[in-house]
Amino acid sequence: MIPLSHYLILSAILFSIGLYGVFTRRSAVGILLSLEIMLNAVNINFVAFAKFMAPHSLAGQIFVIFTIGVAAASTVVGLAIIVAIYRNYKTIFVDEIDVMKW
Amino acid sequence: MVNYAYLIPLFPLAAFVINVFWGRRLKSNSAPVAILAMLGSLAISCLILKEVIAGKTLEQSWEWFKVGRYSFEAGFLVDPLSAMMLCVVTLVGILVEIYSIGYMRGDGRYHLFFAYLSLFIFSMLGLILSNNLIQTYIFWELVGVCSYLLISFWFEKKSAADAGKKAFITNRIGDAGFFLGLSTLFYYLGTANFARISQRLAHHPEGLSQGVLTLAAVLIFCGAVGKSAQFPLHVWLPDAMEGPTPVSALIHAATMVAAGVYLVARSYAVFAAGHLSLEVVSYIGIITSFMAGSIALVQTDIKRILAYSTVSQLGYMMIALGTGGYSAGVFHLMTHAFFKALLFLCAGSVIHACGVQDIRQMGGLFGKMKVTATTCLIGCLAISGVPPLSGFWSKDEILLSVYNSGNRVLYVLTLTVAFMTAFYMFRLLFLTFFGKPREKLHIHKPAPTMDWPLIVLAIFSIFSGFVGSPFLGHAFSHFIYFHPEHVEPNHMVMISSIIVGLAGIALAWVFYILSPGIPAVLAKNFSPVYNLLLNKYWIDEIYDRCIIQPFLRLTKFAFSFDRYLIDGAVNLAGTSCVAVSRVKGWIDKYIVDGLVNLIALVVGALGEVFRRLQTGLIQNYILLIFTGVVVMVFLLRFI
Repeated sequence: MIPLSHYLILSAILFSIGLYGVFTRRSAVGILLSLEIMLNAVNINFVAFAKFMAPHSLAGQIFVIFTIGVAAASTVVGLAIIVAIYRNYKTIFVDEIDVMKW
Repeated sequence: MVNYAYLIPLFPLAAFVINVFWGRRLKSNSAPVAILAMLGSLAISCLILKEVIAGKTLEQSWEWFKVGRYSFEAGFLVDPLSAMMLCVVTLVGILVEIYSIGYMRGDGRYHLFFAYLSLFIFSMLGLILSNNLIQTYIFWELVGVCSYLLISFWFEKKSAADAGKKAFITNRIGDAGFFLGLSTLFYYLGTANFARISQRLAHHPEGLSQGVLTLAAVLIFCGAVGKSAQFPLHVWLPDAMEGPTPVSALIHAATMVAAGVYLVARSYAVFAAGHLSLEVVSYIGIITSFMAGSIALVQTDIKRILAYSTVSQLGYMMIALGTGGYSAGVFHLMTHAFFKALLFLCAGSVIHACGVQDIRQMGGLFGKMKVTATTCLIGCLAISGVPPLSGFWSKDEILLSVYNSGNRVLYVLTLTVAFMTAFYMFRLLFLTFFGKPREKLHIHKPAPTMDWPLIVLAIFSIFSGFVGSPFLGHAFSHFIYFHPEHVEPNHMVMISSIIVGLAGIALAWVFYILSPGIPAVLAKNFSPVYNLLLNKYWIDEIYDRCIIQPFLRLTKFAFSFDRYLIDGAVNLAGTSCVAVSRVKGWIDKYIVDGLVNLIALVVGALGEVFRRLQTGLIQNYILLIFTGVVVMVFLLRFI
């Protein structure tokens, strides 16, 4: 039986990878991909805790499905924004899109 | 028919409205409009007179508005006095309007002239029909306005504009008295209705002091003094000659000066009840009459002679009313209306024909203007009191009433005035129509529309007196009845009246036909008297010196008071206001604005610092958020 801490470590590693990706990728699409990795790390946490803390409840698993669905939807919105940005600025590198500053 | 009395003033009013609004388009048709309207009024007036003679009278009134316990009413009153006046006014009015067709031809404001005439007659008819003092006052003022409009009809001339103003202002002085009088009466009696006033005074005089009644009567008489040009407010009437001659005829005969006498006759009950009021009326009457008569002796302007003659004759009517000769005064009002209108229209024809107004320049016009001269002769005979013309009968009644009052001085003065009247009228007649032409004047014959009114008026001047003569049993004084009067003819009075009239005529004949040198010699020998009369007793000058100049000085003083004190105070307030606002402006600019700017500066500076945080790079933000979360977790965990 694999102990809970293994799952949590895996999840932490995945989350860190995702966070690193979000911080360092120039491409907006890359950032989105990294965000998905972070979300999956969270999902693993959910499932793991559900398994070990409340084995007879399915709440954790169902929540994960929710998360996946919402993540898909938010990704769609994000991609749509990226497409719109690309049409206007001819780039998807976030360091070149700096209209939000003063 | 009496029920339709209210239609009488409405016809001229309609004519006025039509001529004012559409007169420009009607052009010369504005005269027929006015005349047709007058014809309607005249017809109704005559029918009403017929019914009133048969014994019908009518008073109708409606409540107009109510203030507290006082109720104000509007209405009309048809009784012998008003019925007679209605006929006289409409008859003279229509004749004057017909005459004006010829006289005013070619005038730029032809239609307006007829509009004003209609309004004038409307006002007078309304005044006659009024059944209470307040309504009378309203129409009274309307008459004043119309006289102003018509006297200054040729307002391009300064003298005409001044005369209009003079007439209006002088009248206003009297009107103020009238208003006070009617207010007094209304306050003490609670009604302004003539019938109710008479009733109250006749049956319930208790609770009313003699003083109050005398005061009210004298104040009302002030109004009459103004309108009927009695001393000391007579000065406007001679100046009113600046207006077109038909207007003079109308003012002198029917619509204006008659109003004063009519008012006294209408409110006679008040005068009879007041203690000294009738004496005041008769003394003012005799002063006016004598003064105006003597002025007329030496005047040379044909219209001014007639004007002073009118003033004098109005004084006569006042004497009659003052000595209790109610019907005599009203009778003279009627006959005078006819022959004075006639004389004025004759004068108008003469002026129209030869273009001058000074009788010294005329002479020998008889052959050239037969109709005018003949009718003028009739008018002069009538006013001089030669039997059997109308003036004789009315003047005789006045003399009789003065004689019966027992005041011998008054009687002698009245006879003297009768003598002067005959003299100056025939002086005018002889100088104008007889003798040799003194100057070469280009005469153009008057139009037939100007002759016919003269003929009609001449007929009335001859025959209108018979209604009051003993032949018809003094029908007039029974008709216009106030209280029993002495009417039995006194032969002494009658004969003396004829004698002074004829003597006046004879003297005029001697002076101006037989030996024309006498007047000049007399004028030279009695130059102080002559100058006194020629300058109209210097009354205008006295008024100018004693009233107008001080008043002007007062207004100048008031002006400078206004200018320096009031304006100064206002300017001071303004200046101090400006100074205060300067200080306030400084505070606003440097302190309030400074604070606001300071806040803005601080905020700006802070923004300058903190905007560095906002890089626009999304990853920076995420990093910050992440750091923040980590920090918060730590804080939650360890604190």
